[in-house]
Amino acid sequence: MIDGETILLGVETSCDETACALVADGRRVLSNAVATQIDLHARFGGVVPEIASRAHIEAINTVIDKALSDAAVRPEQISAVAVTREPGLIGSLLVGVMAAKTLAWTWRVPLVGVNHVYAHAYAAALDAEPIEYPAAALICSGGHTALYRCGGPLDLELLGTTIDDAAGEAFDKVASILRLGYPGGPVIDRLSRDANPQAVHFPRTLLAGQSLDFSFSGLKTAVLYHVNGVPGTVRRRSPAPAGKTGIENFSEREIADIAASFQQAVVDVLTIKLRRAARKIGARTLVLGGGVAANSALRTSVAALAEKLGCTLRLPPMRFCLDNGAMVAGLAYHSLRVGQVSDLALEARATVRR
Amino acid sequence: METFETHSLTETYALGRELAGRFGAGDCVALVGALGAGKTALVRGVALGLGLRDERMVSSPTFVLAQEYPADVPVYHLDLYRLADAPTELETLGLDEMLSDGVALVEWADRAGAALPRPHWRIDIEITGRRSRRFRLSRVD
Repeated sequence: MIDGETILLGVETSCDETACALVADGRRVLSNAVATQIDLHARFGGVVPEIASRAHIEAINTVIDKALSDAAVRPEQISAVAVTREPGLIGSLLVGVMAAKTLAWTWRVPLVGVNHVYAHAYAAALDAEPIEYPAAALICSGGHTALYRCGGPLDLELLGTTIDDAAGEAFDKVASILRLGYPGGPVIDRLSRDANPQAVHFPRTLLAGQSLDFSFSGLKTAVLYHVNGVPGTVRRRSPAPAGKTGIENFSEREIADIAASFQQAVVDVLTIKLRRAARKIGARTLVLGGGVAANSALRTSVAALAEKLGCTLRLPPMRFCLDNGAMVAGLAYHSLRVGQVSDLALEARATVRR
Repeated sequence: METFETHSLTETYALGRELAGRFGAGDCVALVGALGAGKTALVRGVALGLGLRDERMVSSPTFVLAQEYPADVPVYHLDLYRLADAPTELETLGLDEMLSDGVALVEWADRAGAALPRPHWRIDIEITGRRSRRFRLSRVD
């Protein structure tokens, strides 16, 4: 405690980032240390878990030390240790969970296990005003695409999720089809800024009726067909010399237009579903979280939606959209206050279903 | 080798349900096909055929690498798409344990090299048209 504030240390290692942060009273971020493995994975075109967990082990102590020294906080001032325990890559989660258990045991403070996706839905409250509930939260990343009704930081109800590919996964796979490298999100976002999002009409899979679930697999396949043609059919209008297919036949301009058109299809679907969810639950606030929330077209589209619905929009800054320890410490503060703490038998869980 | 053709997503689910009758605890099924071929769709059909109630539980395991679905026997859904060293990782993911009580369906199985246990089933999927797919089922001894 410092001046009556409750300080939590939060650890996050569910995927690419080794992260640790100190947060006071659930919102005031004292430090936010992140070591990313993106460069490492870019060489392999994705996440490589054996390397991932090894890299977490190598980085975790440094990152924890940095979080403590950046905040100028001593261990005895920390009230609890929080950690992402689910969902994610099991080998990676284990590194964070073990580190957090060790700290909690050494410092003799409570341990709080946190759901990674719930933490993303809370990130908008960091260094900002409390979120006004009920809120409709859209969490999109490489592994998650989910809509929640939030009645409070700990009161989340899943309204819809992807039935095949996650939104971020679709960005990565389409970037791979277009040979744009990994990760796909930032490069598609950048190329799209000066390209025509109406150049190609890709399908918007909305599923039946008022469904709040998502499907991005068909969109990915549509991009593939656009680039490589459909086996067994003749192209009606070939952008490439007759009889040829494949990405090498597209100009940079055309590739940027395909990227922009794909991105527009994703943004349209995400926005429509968020609108449905907000109306259904009578949301006062729209919340975005996860790596895809960093996408500039999505941010613009959701801002327009919020205005139309008369809702407050809570967009976390980039550093809190990406995986971080602050959202973990922030959310765990609320668990701690209501006595929801874990014991040292806390286990990491790779998948959580509904 | 047996060959099956489907002409819609619905037919692919139906094929999966039909093939499920051949798979039981201890079976490993290798799925090989390009992006968009329909590997996850076929798995949804197989899982339903094995007794999974909620089809929405089946999604792409590309990110999490492995998912488990509660059916009459546990159905394990694996994806090697993002693994650089898939043969080693299969052990880390616990494939042996999975096969002790359930069926394992492995997407991007061609990345596993010779690491898949033998014998196993293999299904090669080919995109033959906008909605049509060809599935070739074989036994690898």
